[in-house]
Amino acid sequence: MSTCCTPTQYEPPAPNGENTGLRTIALIGPPNSGKSTLFNRLTGLRQKVANYPGVTVEQRMGAMAGVGRSDLTLIDLPGIYSLDAFSEDARVSVEVLEGRMPGTPKPDAILLVLDSLHLTRQLMLAAPVLALGLPTMVLLNMSDVMETRGGEIDPLRLAQELGAPVARISAVKGTGMEAIQLFLNRHRGQDANQATRTVLPVVGNAVSAHKWATQVSARTGYRAPLSEEASRKLDAFLLHRIWGPLFFLVVVFSVFEVVFSIGQPLSDGLGDVLARAGTWATNFLPNDWLRSLVLDGAWKGVSSVAVFLPQILLLFLFIGILEDSGYLARAALIADRVMRSIGLNGKAFIPLLSAYACAVPAIMATRTIENKRDRLATILVTPFMTCSARLPVYMLFIAAFIPPIAFVHGLVGLQTLVMLGLYLLGFLAALATARLLKSSILKSSQTPFILELPQYRMPTLRSIGLRLWDRGSVFLRQAGSVILVVTLGLWVLANFPRHHGAAPELTESIIGRLGHWMEPAIAPLGFNWKIGIGLLSSVLAREVMVGTMGTLYGADPQTQSLSLQSALHHDLHLGGAIALMVFFAFAMQCTSTMAVVRRETNSWRWPAIQFLYMLVLAWGAAFAANWAVHLIWG
Amino acid sequence: MLSELEVGTIGIIESVDLPPSVHNHLMYMGFLPNARVEVLHRAPAGDPTVYGIDGLEIALRRETAQAIQVHTTRQARTVKQRPQHASATKGKR
Repeated sequence: MSTCCTPTQYEPPAPNGENTGLRTIALIGPPNSGKSTLFNRLTGLRQKVANYPGVTVEQRMGAMAGVGRSDLTLIDLPGIYSLDAFSEDARVSVEVLEGRMPGTPKPDAILLVLDSLHLTRQLMLAAPVLALGLPTMVLLNMSDVMETRGGEIDPLRLAQELGAPVARISAVKGTGMEAIQLFLNRHRGQDANQATRTVLPVVGNAVSAHKWATQVSARTGYRAPLSEEASRKLDAFLLHRIWGPLFFLVVVFSVFEVVFSIGQPLSDGLGDVLARAGTWATNFLPNDWLRSLVLDGAWKGVSSVAVFLPQILLLFLFIGILEDSGYLARAALIADRVMRSIGLNGKAFIPLLSAYACAVPAIMATRTIENKRDRLATILVTPFMTCSARLPVYMLFIAAFIPPIAFVHGLVGLQTLVMLGLYLLGFLAALATARLLKSSILKSSQTPFILELPQYRMPTLRSIGLRLWDRGSVFLRQAGSVILVVTLGLWVLANFPRHHGAAPELTESIIGRLGHWMEPAIAPLGFNWKIGIGLLSSVLAREVMVGTMGTLYGADPQTQSLSLQSALHHDLHLGGAIALMVFFAFAMQCTSTMAVVRRETNSWRWPAIQFLYMLVLAWGAAFAANWAVHLIWG
Repeated sequence: MLSELEVGTIGIIESVDLPPSVHNHLMYMGFLPNARVEVLHRAPAGDPTVYGIDGLEIALRRETAQAIQVHTTRQARTVKQRPQHASATKGKR
């Protein structure tokens, strides 16, 4: 999914003369206080929300359409505990607030989101934020939960203490939004800098900020709600010495088993429908090169990728549930010991886990890692994690070459085991590389591991649904754009030069000659020249491989009538197929990832080194795999 | 030291001896002198440990918790719900 993760571009509206008061609003608050959920509410935009601290790793902007104020730009900032920047994402927040972030306008007003469940500590952030002097509204989020759990607060008294309007809201349920509207409308066309300030402490350090926050919360009658026993009881099991890691493994295994046992039939069904739709639709075209272009070139290529939609959605469903429920932070805790042995800490595990979906947001999520060298090491190993773009490739070749044998009364399938093996391979490559980096060029002293564990929450249908919709449409858009262009281009290359006005033999076409020219480099891996072309085209994005196979085998008269799975058997052996999957486990075939690595490391050096390293490793491992398969099965 | 407290016990923070940036970050998370810290869970590998402070749950590794000086107080109310740790706290009852 090479473009899946580029944030939606949003252009702030041009300033119009009559409304000079308010243009840009910043949304800030401590980590995990519900800013991103509120951002979704206020903008109607689909911002990725996950229940672990530090998920908003860069500021996002959107028009406040959710409250009927499309003229205002809302900026969502990473969570911060204080205005002293400790990690990269906290630094981003501070720079935006102070108007020092290039390309982001300085905010005219602030919406400060505080979690009512832990108000005393959260108020420590209020003092420095109010001291910035911008019109600020304080939003007490999750106030409904606080009240049902026996908490109390007097918002009027708090507003007096802070000298700023205060509203009780619930971002999840959408209550209290009218108070935000009121605040925004009151500042319409006015001098934005008119708010009256009461006495605020000059906040120098955490001790005085805490003292002030404690006094304020005492004076406003704040009573903290009872802490959630359920969350702790759950942790007693999920962090248990034996059950904890076991549960983790069972979760991972069931995800893959479900993706296979439910996803595969759905995918096969979708494939049938698409193939019939293609044949039916092209009946209306004349039986000449145009039909061949539309059916064999475009439709076969695009639909061979589109059929993987069910599996991709299932995978994102599971990752979404893990992230939103708060389990991810526990997984980081369990993994800390392993991560320590390779010189990183549990925080690096969160980006690695989310890289199972896509490496691009995962690399952006490394900004929560405070140590610069740890962060760079994590960025460099993240693309080894098996992202969802590898899934179509694995699915295709496993379904084509691995027999569906089941063990243990059908609970464990050989195909699932091979898939798990490939995921494990990527993970081990990431660990080994990190270890190598951390014991050589990226050696550093350890930064303390400090991780806040959010309370468990039930993932909402709305949040999971939005995420699936987002990912599904991005996947299909990709199939309809990059893959369409690539497959059309391949069809042209496969059908020219014309031979007496007809399409040439595939091996005589431009693509055939190119393929044969590069064959010596890939023959030792057991690959034929069509796979070679697939490897070339999949440098753009991994799933392009499948589309390319669809087009090339569709253009070959010998395999034209076969399904792609049986067509592959025509000129590829088991050794080559295994080697190909191993190649994909290691190689860096994703231009979006390279672009984001270049942006995050600020140089082309690292993506270049990473690309070459992964390519060499992929070639070597694929060679070994092919050789091993031939040794065992002849 | 905070790292020496058993799961289920409560400590009162006396001092924190860490580099200024880390110390500051921890203070904003609630690790302030006289704050009440409860030892909640240990990760399956025995480290890191989850501490409850100000209603939040924060995980620290042993070497970080070693730099936080505490004095102990009575046991937490959650002890009785965790029979598996009963042996650890028996001596103090």
